[in-house]
Amino acid sequence: MALVESIFRQYKPSDAERSDRSAGDRARHRQKVRESIRENIADIIAEESIIGKDRDRVIKVPLRGIKEYRFVYGENAPGVGQGQGDARPGQVVGKTGKEGQGKGDGQAGDQPGVDYYETDVSLDELIEIMFEDLELPNLERRALRQVISDRAFKRKGYRHVGIRARLDKRRTARQRVTRMLASRHARALAGELREDEENERFPFHQDDLRYRHVENDTREESNAVVLCIMDTSGSMDTMKKYLARSFFFMLYQFIATRYRNVEIVFIAHHTEALEVTEEEFFHKGEAGGTFISSGYLKSLDIIKERYHPSLWNIYAFHCSDGDNFDSDNVAALRAGKELADLCNLFGYGEIKPLGSRYYESSMLNVFRRLDAPNFHSVLIERKEDIWPSFKSFLAKDRVKE
Amino acid sequence: MANYELSDLVEWDARIREKASEFGLDCYPQEFEICDHVGMLGYMAYSGMPSHYPHWSYGKSYEKLKTLYDHGVSGLPYEMVINSDPAIAYLMRDNTLLLQILTIAHVFGHNDFFKNNFTYRSTRAELTLELFKAHALRVRRYAEDPSIGVEKLERVMDAAHALSWQCRRNLAIRKLNRAEQVERALENAQPRPDPFQKIHARAEFSEANVRKIPLEPDEDILLFVRDHNPYLAEWEKDVLTIVDEEAKYFIPMMETKIMNEGWASYWHKRIVESLDLEQGLHIEFIIRHNQVVRPIPGQINPYHLGLKVWEDIHRRWTNPTREEIERDGRPDRTGDEMLFQVRETERDSSFLRRFLTEDLMREMDIFKYGAHGDDLVIDKVSDEEGWREVKETLIRNVGTSSIPVIKVDDADFGQNRTLALKHYHDGRDLQLEYTEKTLAYVHRLWDREVVLETTLQGKRSLLCYNERGFSMRALK
Repeated sequence: MALVESIFRQYKPSDAERSDRSAGDRARHRQKVRESIRENIADIIAEESIIGKDRDRVIKVPLRGIKEYRFVYGENAPGVGQGQGDARPGQVVGKTGKEGQGKGDGQAGDQPGVDYYETDVSLDELIEIMFEDLELPNLERRALRQVISDRAFKRKGYRHVGIRARLDKRRTARQRVTRMLASRHARALAGELREDEENERFPFHQDDLRYRHVENDTREESNAVVLCIMDTSGSMDTMKKYLARSFFFMLYQFIATRYRNVEIVFIAHHTEALEVTEEEFFHKGEAGGTFISSGYLKSLDIIKERYHPSLWNIYAFHCSDGDNFDSDNVAALRAGKELADLCNLFGYGEIKPLGSRYYESSMLNVFRRLDAPNFHSVLIERKEDIWPSFKSFLAKDRVKE
Repeated sequence: MANYELSDLVEWDARIREKASEFGLDCYPQEFEICDHVGMLGYMAYSGMPSHYPHWSYGKSYEKLKTLYDHGVSGLPYEMVINSDPAIAYLMRDNTLLLQILTIAHVFGHNDFFKNNFTYRSTRAELTLELFKAHALRVRRYAEDPSIGVEKLERVMDAAHALSWQCRRNLAIRKLNRAEQVERALENAQPRPDPFQKIHARAEFSEANVRKIPLEPDEDILLFVRDHNPYLAEWEKDVLTIVDEEAKYFIPMMETKIMNEGWASYWHKRIVESLDLEQGLHIEFIIRHNQVVRPIPGQINPYHLGLKVWEDIHRRWTNPTREEIERDGRPDRTGDEMLFQVRETERDSSFLRRFLTEDLMREMDIFKYGAHGDDLVIDKVSDEEGWREVKETLIRNVGTSSIPVIKVDDADFGQNRTLALKHYHDGRDLQLEYTEKTLAYVHRLWDREVVLETTLQGKRSLLCYNERGFSMRALK
């Protein structure tokens, strides 16, 4: 019984370019991913180091929203596999929760035992979503997203040497013409000008070449440092972390758009202060009391050591939940004043998410006595407070753009 | 294409077809489409269908496949062929000539299997493409309908997807309609004819309850909800029908994965070897073939397992060893006859049960493992003592046996229009989180409380889902 002739359909590149059948579904999926991230943005930002990090960095975001569920057997269901000739009872062949363990054909990530379904998102997109969540006006978002261009060059006349890319053709041509006229004039005076010289070629000479000259722009006062000070006594919950981190982040971004070279310093304190990394900043928790002055004094030390005010624009911001040993208030106030004198901007933010215990007297009252035009204190209770607080804070910047 | 023309493929196809029909393969007309790797990824995301209804899960699937491909974790399948008449297969543009030859032969193996294996009998292959296309059009129309829209559509579609495998699996057997079920119930209620009735006490006659809905537990959850929730809109019912129809199209493929891949591998090997390739091509063939059918440590490679069993069947019916003759008797038909008969009458579970021998298992060193804390540990190997248990476990993990059996037991549980589902527990517990989330989907479609009877860690339990959410209680 012969088999009927087969039909072959050739590959058509134009077809492939024109139709992308999965585009709609992929877009819809991305949309759902974004929605899910949006819902969980506080959790994500609370856990992710974002300040001063490369914007193209890819982050694995755990999501719960878009798993596909079915009735399935649990992890205790036994499976089978093939050995290499030496399988023995008792041998370990894998870990539970591992994707594709006998089950799943390309359904990795939907299998139970894998806690979260992870997706990749760029830091940029994550930040965009965070801005959305904090209700930043669009214009401000763009301003904060600006990456400072490193090409600060200044034009400074012309040179006879240079690279091809900077060859100024017009000037060069003019120079050739000038030289040509000059030489002809000189020879005419000497009576050596020939009749048909007008039509002869007068080629370019090395000396004709003119190049644009550029110099690096040493912008004055283009250095800034952001001192992030935070009270890490007691643990930070997700909301506090989110509020604090997003505030520091925006501060850093804003400064980074204004200055070319921005450094960032994290100072964690309880009764003592320590310079730390961003991860440690948000994760170290110490039980115990708080001496705010320790944080300020540490900052002053670091400034003295590394950031001379005449060379650096100093921005300092302190986040705390308002507790301080009463005995420390005087010292804190004094150190705070000193900081305010050295900084462009010094601020205090009290983070008291709604629902946390509220104390009548807090550092906010104490800081009312700090008299300095560039000092500002804010109370942050919910994420909607962040942007308005941030704006009012920046309004006090000593260096106005 | 690489270093050959389309006309070369046409020529090789003619030679392959000649051999295939010589060997006795019986196929639908075959169409081949050349595509690039992007096209292949696209086809994979949509199960090979040229036309398919849209859903975000396919976008997600595509992204995952593409990521795995871009990172070199997984290559693309050499072939993808769909069960339709004419059958359609996709060949990758950048494949070498030999790979195309191997693929074409492999495809004809699948084609013959689709056409002749009994589990596919419920599929109308000549209507496949039309069916999927019609589904696509209807779903798109619902998405574009301003009174419905994508979000409402997704609400129903997401729930339907979650339940799509909870359908009848034995599609070769016709489902009795209600009238027939009533008849059967009444018959069963009749007392058995008793030859000693004169001396026996009168048997108690218990009336059959023919008012229960469903009369017999119903495996088609989607269709049941469709037919018994009067508040569903026509378009919602249609979505449930569409999803159920497509699931039933794919069920036979799930049931015969190992047989089918083994069959296609067996024939691509036999056909290509009969083509008497020149040395360069032949060497490449050996390499490629072994890549496809090599055993994967820790897993079961259906190509490997299937091929091994088919080859063993052929050998035993052509050239049995003395012990085999003593044990099983002389073969009553040729190896080829046996092959063609088996490919028609079995599904993976029966195929393995009948033809996966202890010797084969030992040769392939198949083992059974279980979860012990964080590790997966081997419990039994294919030695004298353990091979039966290993085989049982394997059979329970092939075909649709890896899908929990859950049927509708009562549509009016507690006289409350609560939907009662029952999990037919076979020793394997349901995964609790997934069950909770999936029950939520059933609730979404049924719109009243749903309960599921199951056994968790040895204790009979009732899982409930209603407007107040999920709850659980023990049953006596």
